[in-house]
Amino acid sequence: MIRFIFRRTGSLILLLVAVSFITFTLFQLGPADPASAACGQECTPERVAEARVALGMDHPFLIQYIDYMRGLVSPRMIGAPGAESICQWPCLGKSFQTNENVSDIIARSLPYTLSMAVGALVLWTVSGVGLGLLAALRKGSATDKFIVGAASVGVSLPIPVTGLFLLLVFVNQLHLLPFTTNEINSPFGPQGPWAWVLNYLLPWVALAVLFSAAYIRVTRTNMIETFSEDFIRTARAKGLAPRTVTFKHGVRAGITPVVTMLGMDIGLLLGGAVLTEQIFSVPGLGFTAVRAAISGDLPVTMAITMLAAFFVIVANVVVDLAYAAIDPRVRLQ
Amino acid sequence: MNRAPPLTQLQSTVEPTAASPSPSTSPNRPTAEARSLLATAWLRIRRSKIALLSLCVVVAIMLFAILGPLLSAMSGNDPFTSNTSPDVLDDLQTPGLPLPGYMYPSASHWLGVEPGLGRDLFARLAYGGQVSLTIALLSTAVSVVLGTVIGAAAGYFGGKTDAIISRIMDLFLAFPHLLLVLSLTPILQSRLRDTPLGQGSFLPMASLVIILGFFGWAYLARIVRGQVLSLREREFVEAARSFGASHLSVLFRQIIPNVMGVVLVYATMLIPTNISAEAALSFLGVGVKDPTPSWGQMLNAAQSGNWYLSDPWFLAVPGAMLIVTVLAFNLLGDAVRDALDPKASRH
Repeated sequence: MIRFIFRRTGSLILLLVAVSFITFTLFQLGPADPASAACGQECTPERVAEARVALGMDHPFLIQYIDYMRGLVSPRMIGAPGAESICQWPCLGKSFQTNENVSDIIARSLPYTLSMAVGALVLWTVSGVGLGLLAALRKGSATDKFIVGAASVGVSLPIPVTGLFLLLVFVNQLHLLPFTTNEINSPFGPQGPWAWVLNYLLPWVALAVLFSAAYIRVTRTNMIETFSEDFIRTARAKGLAPRTVTFKHGVRAGITPVVTMLGMDIGLLLGGAVLTEQIFSVPGLGFTAVRAAISGDLPVTMAITMLAAFFVIVANVVVDLAYAAIDPRVRLQ
Repeated sequence: MNRAPPLTQLQSTVEPTAASPSPSTSPNRPTAEARSLLATAWLRIRRSKIALLSLCVVVAIMLFAILGPLLSAMSGNDPFTSNTSPDVLDDLQTPGLPLPGYMYPSASHWLGVEPGLGRDLFARLAYGGQVSLTIALLSTAVSVVLGTVIGAAAGYFGGKTDAIISRIMDLFLAFPHLLLVLSLTPILQSRLRDTPLGQGSFLPMASLVIILGFFGWAYLARIVRGQVLSLREREFVEAARSFGASHLSVLFRQIIPNVMGVVLVYATMLIPTNISAEAALSFLGVGVKDPTPSWGQMLNAAQSGNWYLSDPWFLAVPGAMLIVTVLAFNLLGDAVRDALDPKASRH
C-alpha cells in the first residue's frame, strides 16, 4: 500500500510537470502575439515592446517556463523594469485586464465552483446509482425499460437548453426559486444552508440530469454483470438475506467503474462547470475562464486550465486508492 | 499486454527504406472489407425499431440541413435579412419582440422570426444546421483519422513507440476537454486570422474543426491500440510480413482495415459529442458568431438580452433541434455498437 502510494506520487508529479509544461507552451507559443493582447486596446509599438519585456518574453522560452513555475513556490517580481510589483506565493501571474494576481482571482472563484460541484455530485450520484441499481434488480421489467429510456434521453440534453429551460420555468414563470446570486458561496454563510441550497438547486439539477444518465447506464450494466457471477450465487446459496447479497456483496464489487467515473467527473467539475456557471451567472472558475478566454486574458485562462488538469489527475490517483477500499478483490501492488 | 519480442526483433532487422508500401504484395482488399462491414451493420440495424427510427431521423436532419436553405428561399426568406419594421416587431411595450403574427409559425415565416432583428428563424435554423453539422462531421473526421493511425501505430510497433504514444494519450485525456477547447479557440483564431482559412465566416468553422478534431482523438486511439495489440499477433499479419510487406503496408493494408468496425462505432458516437461541443462553444461566444448562424449561436442569441424569457419559442426552436439531433445520433451510435461490437457493454 505504502509502496503503491509512493510510486503513484512519483508518476503523479511527472504528469503534473508535463501538463503544466504543455499548458504553458500552448498558451505562450499559441497566440499570434501575447504582448499586444497584454497591452490592451490602445497600443503603440513602444508599449508592445514594453509589454514583451514585462511578460519576460525577451527571455528564452525554457527560462520563462521555469520562472513561471518558480512563482508557485516563492514570490517573484513581475512587470516592466521600473514598474515591477511583487507577486506573492503562489504566483500564477497577473491578469492582463485588471492587473490582479491570478491566484487571488482563483481563490475568489473557487468557493462558487465548490458549491456547484458538491451539490450536483451528491444529486447525480444518488439518483444515478440508485436508479441504475433499481433497473438492474428489475432487469427486463417496465421499470427497467423506462429508466434506460430516460437515461438515453438525459444524456442527449445539452446543458444550455436544459439550463435556460429550468430558469424560464422555475424562476421566470412559476417564481418558485430565486435567480442565483453572487452573495452566497457556502452553506455556512450568514444566510444559512437553506438559502445556499435554494440558490444552487437549479444548476445542480441541470448538471444532474445530464450526468446521472451516464451513471445509470454504467451502474446497471455492471450490476447485471456482477449479479450473474459465481460469488453472488454462492452468497445466495449459503442463505444470506437478499439485501445483504445485493449491498454487501453485489454493490461493493459492481460499483468500481462508477467510482472511476466519479473521480474523473469530480476532477472535471472542480475545474469549473463552464456552461452551467455561465448560464446561471455563478462566478466560479468556469465562468471566470469564459470571460478571460473572450477578452484574451491569457494568464487567467492558462492558470485555470492548468489547475483543472491538476484536479483531474489527482482525482484519478485518489480513485485508484478508493478501489482497494471498496472492492475486496482489488489488491494494490 | 507487452508481449512484443518477435516484432521488435523484426523491427530492428528491417531496413527503414522498405517503408514505402508495395501494392503488389497485399492479398487484402480493403474495399470489400468496408462493404461487408457496412452490410453487416445494416443487416443488424434493420432488426431494431429504435435503430431504424434514429437512422431515419438522422437522414431527415441531414436532408433538412442540405435542402433547408433551398426551401427557405422558396418561402422568400434568407437567414441574414433583418426586418425591424413596426409591423413585424413590437416597438412599444417590449421593443424588438415579434408581434403575435410573426413570433410563431406562419405561411410567410415557417418558424416565425427572431426577436431583435426580425430575421427568418427557419432560414437561420437550416443554414445553422449546415454550419453545425459541417463542423461536427469534419472535426469527427479529423479525430478519427488521427486516432486510428496513431492508435494503430502504438499497438503495432509496441515498445518505446507505444510507451511514448500512450503517455501522450494519457496527457490528452487528463485535460478537461471543454475548458481547454474554450481557451484555445480564441488563440487559434488569432493565428488563423491572416491565413486563407481565417476569412470571414470561415474562421470560426475552421478553428472549431481544427480544435475539436485535434483534441478528440485520444480516446479512440486508446481503443484502437488495444485492438491492434491482439491483431498484430495473428497469422495474416505474419503472413504479410513474410511476403516482404513493409511495416507501413502491413499497418495500412492489414491492421487498419481490421479495426474499422470499432472505428465506425466510435466515430458514430463522436459526432453527437462534437455537435454538443460546437453548440457549447458558440453558446459561450467563442465559436460561430452572429451574423453566421449555427445551433449554438442561436442558443447564444436566445440567452443574450434575456430574449428567451419574453419569447420562449426563440429558445425552443434551436433547443429542440439540438436535442433531437444529439438524441438521434446517440441512439444510432448505440445501435451501430450493438451491431458491430457485441462484446462492448452498454454504457
